[in-house]
Amino acid sequence: MFSEISMDEILVAAYETLYMTIVALIGTVIIGIILGLLLYLTAKDNIWENKFFNMIVSSVVNVFRAIPFIILILLLFPFTDFLFNTTRGPTAALPALILGSAPFYARLVEIGFREVDKGVIEAAKSMGAKTRTIIFKVLLPESMPALVSGITVTGIALIGYTAMAGVIGAGGLGDYAYFYGFQRRQFDVVLLCTILILIIVFIFQFIGDFISKKLDKR
Amino acid sequence: MISIKGLRKVFTSDNRKINAVDDLTLNIQEGEIFGVIGYSGAGKSTFIRLLNRLEEPTSGSIEIGEQEITSLNTRDLRKARQEIGMIFQHFNLLWSRTVKDNIAFPLEIAGVAKQEREKRVQELIDLVGLSGRENAYPSQLSGGQKQRVGIARALANKPKLLLCDEATSALDPETTNSILDLLVDINQKLGLTIILITHEMHVIRKICRRVAVMEKGKIVEQGDVLDVFSNPKKPVTKKFVQQIMGETDEAEDTEKILATYKEGKLVRLHFIGDAANESLISKVIRKFPIDINILQGKITQTQSGGYGTMFVQLKGEEPDIQQAIEFIQSETTVEVEVVRDVQ
Repeated sequence: MFSEISMDEILVAAYETLYMTIVALIGTVIIGIILGLLLYLTAKDNIWENKFFNMIVSSVVNVFRAIPFIILILLLFPFTDFLFNTTRGPTAALPALILGSAPFYARLVEIGFREVDKGVIEAAKSMGAKTRTIIFKVLLPESMPALVSGITVTGIALIGYTAMAGVIGAGGLGDYAYFYGFQRRQFDVVLLCTILILIIVFIFQFIGDFISKKLDKR
Repeated sequence: MISIKGLRKVFTSDNRKINAVDDLTLNIQEGEIFGVIGYSGAGKSTFIRLLNRLEEPTSGSIEIGEQEITSLNTRDLRKARQEIGMIFQHFNLLWSRTVKDNIAFPLEIAGVAKQEREKRVQELIDLVGLSGRENAYPSQLSGGQKQRVGIARALANKPKLLLCDEATSALDPETTNSILDLLVDINQKLGLTIILITHEMHVIRKICRRVAVMEKGKIVEQGDVLDVFSNPKKPVTKKFVQQIMGETDEAEDTEKILATYKEGKLVRLHFIGDAANESLISKVIRKFPIDINILQGKITQTQSGGYGTMFVQLKGEEPDIQQAIEFIQSETTVEVEVVRDVQ
């Protein structure tokens, strides 16, 4: 067992998984926070209250969350092809990964913002704060532990997505496990890939929990 | 300094209109501590939020200083708000910031440079008595300390006006008193005008000179604290007076006293807050050869002197008693009510 596995190849696969996860996570966080902010600010009784706009953003988020990830990848093939001139490899998987997880994170962000004490926002308004100040100096810092634990949860879901994307040629540990384990029946490869993915997940969880706890002064 | 005319706020919910604040007219002078008292739902919370337009008025005008608040555009309103401090029942501090940074927040909003900010924050920390706690987070502070941070934060931009929204309602009685003392202190030191809303009579009694009683969105009584509470006209005001004077069943008590003390003249003395009434009892017994027996009474202190009622028995020669009563009536503002003459 494990003797015939090429360590070089599996390390490359692990690197690809990390690359996809981290780059997609950065994209997810940026888009997720923007969408989450829009969802929160346009909701009833908030600064930019706008029923229509809120409904549109909310529907987009819900639709993307409802599409099964594996189908989302297929749906995005033309778009990916247009962007990168290919539909294979870790980079080509990024649009699907980001679009698949950003709506999910957006909802977590929205919930995080809703937990921010309305009284604190009112206090900031009473001091003459602009909306921009309220966003950057009240909403974001006050919800930071929730935003970070949301990143942890989303990041772990993303690792799962990268494995799925691997099946259609994105590279990474999922791809590797599928190719050797499923097509060549080398189950030790599957096992090793699983262990590596678990290690990545645990490290993610650990770092996320640590930062979230550090930030929480409540 | 503050002139409010015909202020009105109508909320619509489920197609029903609710007059939270109903045609309210009020003048508040510069440098005074003005109290608005009412039970929850009376509209006082909405009222105080209308003053800095955290709630938009439906109609009416609010003039603070020279400025007509109701007609300001968003930008000017933000500027105006920087000059109106506000403190809250639940403090509303940012938990993610330290004491120091919470107090610096309004200064950041006003665009004060970092160095000056730090200097000002230190001044404020000393002013509210939080030295040594600069780097603590709100979660590490007691309720009273949190409100001190709230007060320091509200004063950061040197406002002319401070709005207090039930600022002591979440605090225990002792802490309430220390916060009230602090408010009086800054009122005197900085010449700050303070408007506070509360449901606690104690707060009004302790620090306010003038008061307005609110019920169902309207002001039902207003004036000097002593006048309003020594002579309450509306049932709601009477209820608030009972809060501090205690609920006495006067008729029953009087009957009991009449039955017990058969001798002398029984009178009720009404104190309505005047320095001239100081040491009244001792003055009277020194001047006239009579005995005074205190039977029942409660005197409480307000910003303009003692206020309350005392039930006493006067014993001695009838002409002496008569002279003593005349003395009280002519030399002091204490009202004398004869309950029973010498039998």
